[in-house]
Amino acid sequence: MNKIVEMVCIRCPASCTLRVTIKDNSIESVEGALCPRGIEFAKSEISNPVRYVMSVVKVRGGDMPTVSVITRDPVPKDCIWQVMKMLARIEVEAPVEVGDVIIRNVCGTDIIATRRVKKV
Amino acid sequence: MKKFRVVIIGAGIVGASIARILSMYENFDVVIVEKEPDVGWGVSKANTSIIHPGHEEDPNKYPLRAKLCVKGNQMWRTWAEELEIPVKWPGELMVFTNEDEEKQAREYIKLAQLNGVPGVRVVYGEELRFLEPSIGDDAKGAVYAPTAGVISPFEAVIAIVENAVENGAKLLTEAEVTGIRVYNSTVKGVETTQGFVEADIVINAAGLYADKISHLAGVELDFYIRPRKGEYILFDENIEPKPLKILHTVPTHITKGVYAITTVHGNVLIGPTAEDLPLEARDDASTSVKGLDYVYREATKLLKKLPPKSKIIRTFAGLRPEPPNGQWLIKAYSNPWGFVNVAGIRSPGLTAAPAIAEYVVELVANTYDVKLIRKGSWNPYRHDITRLSGKSLSEIDDLIRKNPDYGEIVCYCKMVSKAEVLEAIDRMMKIGIKTITLDGLKFRIYTGFGKCQGSFCRWRVAKVVSDKLGIPYYDVVVKKSSYGIGEIKILWSEKVGEENEVSKV
Amino acid sequence: MKFLKYDTVIIGGGPAGIAAAIKATELGLKPILVENRDLLGGIPLQCIHPGFGLHYFREDLTGTQFITRLLDKLESLKVEYLLRAHVHSIEYIDYDKKLVNVITPQGVMRIYAKTIIYATGARERHIFEIGVVGDRPDGIYTAGEAQTLMDIYGVLPGKEIVIIGSGDVGLIMARRFALEGAKVKAVVEILPYPGGLMRNILQCLVDFNIPLLLQHTVVRIVGRKRVEKVVVAKVDENLRPIDGTEFEIPCDTVVVSAGLRPNIDLLEKLGVVVDPSTGGPVVNEYLETSIPGVFVAGNALVINDLVDYAVEQGEIAAEGAKVFVDNGGMPTKNWKYVKKGRNIRLVVPQMIGGERDVVIYARVAQPERNVFVEIPELNFRMFHFGVRPAEMIRFKIGRNILNKINENADKITIQVKPR
Repeated sequence: MNKIVEMVCIRCPASCTLRVTIKDNSIESVEGALCPRGIEFAKSEISNPVRYVMSVVKVRGGDMPTVSVITRDPVPKDCIWQVMKMLARIEVEAPVEVGDVIIRNVCGTDIIATRRVKKV
Repeated sequence: MKKFRVVIIGAGIVGASIARILSMYENFDVVIVEKEPDVGWGVSKANTSIIHPGHEEDPNKYPLRAKLCVKGNQMWRTWAEELEIPVKWPGELMVFTNEDEEKQAREYIKLAQLNGVPGVRVVYGEELRFLEPSIGDDAKGAVYAPTAGVISPFEAVIAIVENAVENGAKLLTEAEVTGIRVYNSTVKGVETTQGFVEADIVINAAGLYADKISHLAGVELDFYIRPRKGEYILFDENIEPKPLKILHTVPTHITKGVYAITTVHGNVLIGPTAEDLPLEARDDASTSVKGLDYVYREATKLLKKLPPKSKIIRTFAGLRPEPPNGQWLIKAYSNPWGFVNVAGIRSPGLTAAPAIAEYVVELVANTYDVKLIRKGSWNPYRHDITRLSGKSLSEIDDLIRKNPDYGEIVCYCKMVSKAEVLEAIDRMMKIGIKTITLDGLKFRIYTGFGKCQGSFCRWRVAKVVSDKLGIPYYDVVVKKSSYGIGEIKILWSEKVGEENEVSKV
Repeated sequence: MKFLKYDTVIIGGGPAGIAAAIKATELGLKPILVENRDLLGGIPLQCIHPGFGLHYFREDLTGTQFITRLLDKLESLKVEYLLRAHVHSIEYIDYDKKLVNVITPQGVMRIYAKTIIYATGARERHIFEIGVVGDRPDGIYTAGEAQTLMDIYGVLPGKEIVIIGSGDVGLIMARRFALEGAKVKAVVEILPYPGGLMRNILQCLVDFNIPLLLQHTVVRIVGRKRVEKVVVAKVDENLRPIDGTEFEIPCDTVVVSAGLRPNIDLLEKLGVVVDPSTGGPVVNEYLETSIPGVFVAGNALVINDLVDYAVEQGEIAAEGAKVFVDNGGMPTKNWKYVKKGRNIRLVVPQMIGGERDVVIYARVAQPERNVFVEIPELNFRMFHFGVRPAEMIRFKIGRNILNKINENADKITIQVKPR
């Protein structure tokens, strides 16, 4: 039995409208994607929707009071709050470089710094 | 010589002016008690900012208002100069558009003659348009009163209080009066939320709450103040045309009419409405679509071209303390001995304030048998904050070389430097303000008054305050509450309930 | 007072200004970048979400990662810049001589420049501009202000939030508040469609069960000291509140995300011609304004959705400055006006010459599906699955196409036509 699901891809600002045809619980086709990431997105959104999680973490001794962080890979939607809970207890010491791992292995990925904080 | 401890309730324009006059004499030890965190936050900061000539006061119906208005108008010229308060004297035009309005307007010429207000006359047609090129096309003529002025009312209160404190007065902020202690029919002091303050004489200048204060002292139990709301619209400075003179519509029996002025800061201000509120609504300074639309419509009678609504930078409302029958209640009582009411000071309160102050001090001297002795050391002068804006590039360069903080601009709309923020904070602490607020800074240095209304500069100014006072950024107070509720993880910390651990992987 | 001399003064150290400074240096000009904050980077410094650099770096980066890369490039080229430097005024002395007066903590600097690139970004519309009435309590922030507080200074503004306006900044902040544990009660949008990108509606509102109230407006704010609640009403097709539809939403914080406006005060003082549909200056294809040698780029020119466009505009402006400096002024051209046709609300540049590749940025007035964006005079045509006001249309027209234009024509029209 065919089922058609319409969704908006969030992988980039193009926001392609995707038409996903599902047959027998597996994806048969994805239409409307301008790039392969859109097709990947449709697949994951149906089976295991994932999201990037971003926040800031307090920094000590830096030229800015916080460093911005993000999950290296998108995490399962239900894991978002787990990530946020881990971030609530963390403080970091300057210097921090873009790409530094802030917490290892949360929900299957690392949390990395996305801003540079110099030591003062 | 007996030194009288005087407590003035209310640091508004009237209370501040009384403090200044009292501070001229050796006989008084003055304490101003103010419930807000700063001075002038009641009626004084939200009004039309006009110094009236006095030709709109009927000396038969309101003799005190008429006399003190004319006197106050004269006194402001000296006060503004001594205290470096921004003021200008453009004169005003009471605009009429038809015969009925003209007839009503002409009545004011008679009052001008009775009150001794100089230069009041009718102007028509070409002369009117010469005096005011931006006048509306429907304007037939106007009653011109050249002695009218526009002042910065909140800066006036601040300057007067600074000067009074310099001359020995003290200010107690965040102190709401909860009782007047009377013993043996004599005033002993005031109970406040900051404790009991002793007093021989208590002067009630509590604006919108003057009736409640009077009742606390057990006098004038039938006297009630009705709050009268006035809504205003403020436009961006960068518009054309801006009225040169003070323009207003012909006053009705409840109000002085709607005004269109260019403030001392260069903004076009139109308003107010005149809406009587219930007695309990004393802190309802909310604006309404109905009120603002009314103001906008009325102002089209005055100006040929009203700025578009997209040029509105702020709308606000102020409350006026209306006494019964419009009569000011200025009275010094023998029972309780030492209690003085200066209540229901509705328009022309701002104009008359210096004259009211002199009148009250004289009243106190006569009623309580005080032989006034002037202080030899009384200093009439107060200098304004050193401001970057308006100075030439070489003057700015000089300022920066003496103090590099003048070279760091925190407010772009008004070109205000870090040094000015720091100077304003110092001045606030010097007069006795306990809580530095961003609003208090705004009234002193104009940060947040411009086009951005704080969206650019508020966080920058708050940073300066946080660094200078050594308090957490989120604890900086905006007006009555703090800028943030805490660190960004505060809600998570509450959820998680554990200590932060320092971790670096 | 110090007097300095440069080929170009770039005002504003955000992405457009930094890109202009890099490009100007690469082209052999001598630029100086003037920034009034104590650090370079501008708004992307506080944008911790991805969506930056998709075109420019072909990677999906956070704003912070994006700007770090640009800044590293700037540093590697040893471009000169001033921090804590505020432009007091600009004087137009001559065709190729301007004087930029800058206030710095070291004193006043007066910089002579042949060209100026104005990249000061945008300002946010505030609560009074959108006509919200009521009390004026504490607890009202613009979205960008809230973002600065949270994502630079680590301060939480409040815990029960109502957001006015469904523009991208507001949507991004809705997610930020929700992630940090605050309760976002609603996003209130006066139009029948959202103002931001669809991806943001999904990942910022739908993901967090935040109600999007389309065709609603905040009628008034209530609160004595701090915000206590907002009163919301449905609006009719004329955007006027409908009687009887009012309801209250208790909250302690109101965030205003009602749009950005180009911040061009100093240019207006110089008398630059402004396009009311963009709010920014009228420019030619080099992004030169009506004032010779004064160029504008980034959000100061037109409000962009993508930082990539702001950066591109910075580079185009630098190229324009180079042409100006090399030729002692912009060569005289037969400029053609770009006219706005059907369903085009704004277009930049407003004038093109036709001898070089041109990048066109445009926005539609109404959303439409399956349309052509076309320029009939050039036989140019592009298909779009869907066009929305919130999503800027950007395309490049090669010089070969522009050469086809009739010499005598003084305008070309850009329009949207259904398929």
